[in-house]
Amino acid sequence: MSEEKEAQSSSGTKNALELVRVDGVSFKYDAGPNVLEEISLTIQAGDFLALLGPNGSGKTTLVKLILGLLKPLAGNVFIKGRPVEEFEEWPKIGYVPQKATHVDPFFPASVREVVAMALFSRRGASLKKSKEEEKAIATALQSVGMEDFMGRPVSRLSGGQQQRVFIARAIVHSPELLILDEPTAGVDAVTQERFYEMLYQLNKQRAITILLVTHDIGVVTMHVNKVACVNQRLTYHGTHEDFCQSEAFKAMLAAGHLVSHRH
Amino acid sequence: MEAFFTYGFLQRALFAGIFVAVACSMLGLFLILRRDAMIGHGLAHVAFGGVAFGLFLNMMPLATALGVTVLASWAVIKLKEKAGLHGDSAIAVFSSVGMAIGILLATLAHNLNVDLLSFLFGDILAIEPIEVWLSIGLAAAVVASILINYHQLMFLTFDREAARAAGIRPQGLDFQLTVLTAITVVLGMKVVGILLVTALLVMPAAAGLQLASNFKQALWISAVVAFLSVTGGLAAAFAFDLPASAAIVLLAFSIFGALFLLRRRKRF
Ligand SMILES: Nc1ncnc2c1ncn2[C@@H]1O[C@H](COP(=O)(O)OP(=O)(O)O)[C@@H](O)[C@H]1O
Ligand SMILES: [Mg+2]
Repeated sequence: MSEEKEAQSSSGTKNALELVRVDGVSFKYDAGPNVLEEISLTIQAGDFLALLGPNGSGKTTLVKLILGLLKPLAGNVFIKGRPVEEFEEWPKIGYVPQKATHVDPFFPASVREVVAMALFSRRGASLKKSKEEEKAIATALQSVGMEDFMGRPVSRLSGGQQQRVFIARAIVHSPELLILDEPTAGVDAVTQERFYEMLYQLNKQRAITILLVTHDIGVVTMHVNKVACVNQRLTYHGTHEDFCQSEAFKAMLAAGHLVSHRH
Repeated sequence: MEAFFTYGFLQRALFAGIFVAVACSMLGLFLILRRDAMIGHGLAHVAFGGVAFGLFLNMMPLATALGVTVLASWAVIKLKEKAGLHGDSAIAVFSSVGMAIGILLATLAHNLNVDLLSFLFGDILAIEPIEVWLSIGLAAAVVASILINYHQLMFLTFDREAARAAGIRPQGLDFQLTVLTAITVVLGMKVVGILLVTALLVMPAAAGLQLASNFKQALWISAVVAFLSVTGGLAAAFAFDLPASAAIVLLAFSIFGALFLLRRRKRF
């Protein structure tokens, strides 16, 4: 298959700074069937990579493997050249989990506290915030356009606003890599477009590498520069331009996965 | 007011009660938000077994209850992990076994019944000086360890997946929370009794959740409600010759109710 060759050649090249390397990873949950088989892909510094696949194709599982939250059945994951089990600089990786927006309506956290919990959970006793830390919180909220909401309870924000707060929490450490799992699920089209624009700004202005997980193939028309398609196996991994010419793309179009296509 | 300075037992009850109730309220906030409030209830039943054990061996019941309950809390965690049981089933197993052992020991040795009853219904006015110091010391330790891990605990409670991905290891904190619950439940048992100790964990924290617009506020309001419930409850118990445990719990409930109504008026 030409796509597989493409996948191999791109993971074989060692240019730029390699943030993530997934090497022949397979996984299954307990006694179930294999959810992922022999996945190999890389994320280079500066990439804006869209990880595409239909519901249940294993995208979230792959993300959790990359984050070391699950252990692969076979294969290895490396982050910044180190095996994921040994990796320790987790503040360098920002993560916005799928369904992070399902906030407990009774949880009494303010927007500031949600961002602060990531910043301060790295250190011990002191509850005092330093000037730099206050500034980091403000900057993170500014980057997502939520600086005017600091004192608001998160449970009383809209889904889209909550999602922005979670991104602020994920970038408060100035991470090198930001991983977002279906961040725009349940968000209307206009908000979605502004949201992708904001991610593009983070990618370009703050030089944050982005892994965007979605089942919405429409994002390839946005600002991504790399695409990976997963459906138990990796069916495509390469540049955005090549993807639009690829069999994988045509197959997805034919299968009706194109949810929204905007130019 | 004069009575407070005249009667040593009233001072002891007040000091121990305030410390224990404040520790309970802070821990309770985390337990409620983790949907884990019933663990307090279950461990209180285990504590009953521990108390009976102490009376049976003629040892200090508070000490044996502490040992047994902390051990059981550890076992609950292991059972959750290993047996694939849900938290509430694991708790149900231990609470009924604890109760059964308590009843068995109480029946085997005679004359335990009066003492045992004081643990079921609480008897803060009869607290011994050494128990006061134990209560204050442990309650202070509970509050301190919550404050030390404040942000990690909040992160883990709010969004477990993201917290793990941020490098927070949940096992240690889960364990800590459960053991702290075991300790506070045993202390709370002396204040309001085994049957009412869940109220000390849940009511002030639930009251805090009515008004707070951030986590820090919730923690503060919970602590203040706990403080008011103990002082007011003890005062009422002394003035009107009521059972202290019932007075404390009903006062806490009244404050919760008032804040609940206040919130509804604020919203609509
Ligand atoms: N915790 C789990 N236990 C068992 N099976 C799971 C679990 N999580 C996901 N799965 C299964 O693994 C497959 C892939 O799931 P997931 O990675 O969530 O897919 P996606 O994120 O692409 O929708 C699905 O078939 C799903 O049912
Ligand atoms: Mg998913």
